[in-house]
Amino acid sequence: MAKKQEKIEYVKNGKRLDGRKVDELRPVKMEVGVLSNADGSAYLEWGQNKVLVGVHGPKEALPKHKQNPYKGLVRYTYRMATFSVPDRKNPRPGRRESEISKVSGEALEKAIFLEKFPNTAIDIYVEIFDSNAGTRVAALTAASLALADAGIPMRDLVCAVGVGKAGGEIILDLNKDEEDAPDAVDIPIAIMPRTEEIVLLQMDGLLTKPEWNKAVKLGIEGCKRIYEMQKQALRKKYAEAEQEM
Amino acid sequence: MENIIWDLRTDNVVSLIKDGKRADGRKLDEYRKIEVVKGISENADGSAMVKLGSTGVVAGVKLVPGQPYPDNPDEGTISVSLELLPLADPTYEVGPPRDDAIEIARVVDRGIRESKAIDFKGLCIREGELAWIAFVDFYVTNNDGNAFDAGSIACLAALNETRFPKLDGDAIVKHEYSGKLKLSKQPLLSTFSKIGGKIVVDPCLAEEKAQEARFSCAVADDKALCAFQKGEGGSFKASEIDECIELAFKHAKEIRKLV
Repeated sequence: MAKKQEKIEYVKNGKRLDGRKVDELRPVKMEVGVLSNADGSAYLEWGQNKVLVGVHGPKEALPKHKQNPYKGLVRYTYRMATFSVPDRKNPRPGRRESEISKVSGEALEKAIFLEKFPNTAIDIYVEIFDSNAGTRVAALTAASLALADAGIPMRDLVCAVGVGKAGGEIILDLNKDEEDAPDAVDIPIAIMPRTEEIVLLQMDGLLTKPEWNKAVKLGIEGCKRIYEMQKQALRKKYAEAEQEM
Repeated sequence: MENIIWDLRTDNVVSLIKDGKRADGRKLDEYRKIEVVKGISENADGSAMVKLGSTGVVAGVKLVPGQPYPDNPDEGTISVSLELLPLADPTYEVGPPRDDAIEIARVVDRGIRESKAIDFKGLCIREGELAWIAFVDFYVTNNDGNAFDAGSIACLAALNETRFPKLDGDAIVKHEYSGKLKLSKQPLLSTFSKIGGKIVVDPCLAEEKAQEARFSCAVADDKALCAFQKGEGGSFKASEIDECIELAFKHAKEIRKLV
């Protein structure tokens, strides 16, 4: 028999456990051009999450048999530092990291004019130094900034956010406590905001169709707020460069 | 391709140092600017970020209860490891640590371990059964040379911040702590390059590429030496090593104020 647990109210009087409203993001901070050795880079803090991204390329894709004569390759590597999670992570890359790397790289393919760079590869390296739910969307948001910082021509930025359900409520940007709810549903979503095309979508948990409709609306709206912050972060760097001149 | 560019720069680096100058304007015995930010990861038991010029390192400590070694049943231990992140340098690749990363981690490890700054007996929880293992993991985030010293500073700063997780039986209670890890000394590493017959401290990447030989010296306090490492194909005279040791004591004294 299941142990009777005290019921937690995840949303009470319109406020969540950490005091946020249902459609409120955690504080987000973005900075571009933080690594001198990378062609493009970004550092992003999203609540407790801390993400560093470096982009190298486009450069000759090696080994040669991996080259595509029609378009460039996107190689995305998502890794977590051993101390970034409550229990020390094994330093070897795990299946979770491999899967996130694959879908995140694919999410960026549509945004980049890859057909302009045949036989090349664009390497995107992501490192997570601290985490509390939503690292993959934080990473993808930062990666898109780093690509723009590298001067790689893109159709649009890619912006991502987590949306989902906890305690029966549809909420934006779940934190760890909310992700651990018994009925939790987590939906990382990434879009190209200009056309609202969805480029990354995952879901785990039980959800009804109306709940999904509500969640996707909230997610897209959240992505657009992230998009504004991304543009601001990019402008800030170039405003600084202009001043120096 | 990378190597050709460094070879072209080498002549310039060597000729400047022969005149007692360095490309970035430093004196031969001068460190780059050091910046230390502590507590950068809440999930770590202790953490720090260090910038040594534009070389960047992030270090974090995790204390994990484990079984003590049979030959030291009343002692815990430390384990220091390094990953050269591919985002830090276009020549770094994804995969298990290479020889150079292993060497840096082991030299940093020896500096901390042999200084006896951490009392391993104090890490024992139940003799023969359970003891703390301090995993000190550091990552190079931007490579502009001398990951040795940047790593040493970052690891010491992180250890100085480290708290013991609270135990419930043999298991850790998440996000609760009971007391800080105490260090009786503040061991630090200083690394020197021999270039054009002269000795420079804290080599940047261009200087590392030009070096004939490398020497690292860890000091535990104002008197005690605790680890040496000579690297690369060149050589040092005993008098040159003496010169490095004197400078290592001097620099460690200054850097201790930051960690």
